[in-house]
Amino acid sequence: MRQMRWIIGLLAILIILLVIIFYPFVSLLEWQSELLKHTFFVLLFCGVFCVLRILKGPTPADRAVAIDILGILILGFCAVLGIPTGRDWYIDIGIAWALQSFISTLALAKYLEGRNFDE
Amino acid sequence: MNETIGMFFILMGLFFDFFGCLGLIRLPDVYNRLQASTKCVTLGTCSILFGLFLFKGFTAGGIKAILCIIFLLLTAPVSAHALARGAHKSGVRLWQKSVCDKYAEDNK
Repeated sequence: MRQMRWIIGLLAILIILLVIIFYPFVSLLEWQSELLKHTFFVLLFCGVFCVLRILKGPTPADRAVAIDILGILILGFCAVLGIPTGRDWYIDIGIAWALQSFISTLALAKYLEGRNFDE
Repeated sequence: MNETIGMFFILMGLFFDFFGCLGLIRLPDVYNRLQASTKCVTLGTCSILFGLFLFKGFTAGGIKAILCIIFLLLTAPVSAHALARGAHKSGVRLWQKSVCDKYAEDNK
């Protein structure tokens, strides 16, 4: 229970720091609506959750799952950033990232299997 | 009109993304976490990309978003299946309150 309280406090401090750091940069873009601007921060929040699972995860399999999901969230970041800037190459970065993430996840899964590697 | 519907899709994707990541933190087991977080891929990020397509229309960016959705729908179940198989073979235990383990029974 005590450990849980520490984790919640750390999470709150991390989120406040992230918002303070990123808010001026995000406000520089010309967002079409306020709602779209806040979607960016919700995605940051999800990314903090994934990083916590990577730090905490008891087994290597947990960390592999969290890394996979973090890659997919970055794809969401690229999609959201493509709307206000009006640049299409953000989604190019997203496609390349999804491909790399898929291959690295397959390699991690093969690595987790361990002994009988060639089956 | 298109932008309103696109905004709705983006908000739906954010909803699924947030609860998928909450499941990644809260659930007790690797397999449960995998089950929660795969929803976050297919429903969450694919709806965000579809919202981007509705914003952009049939331009280069919109078609690339559709390609990305197809790629994700093809690859996300494959990677989730491979991760579950690898985790089971590396000897990660199930949660104590789990009911049955068919994969272990099949591979005796």
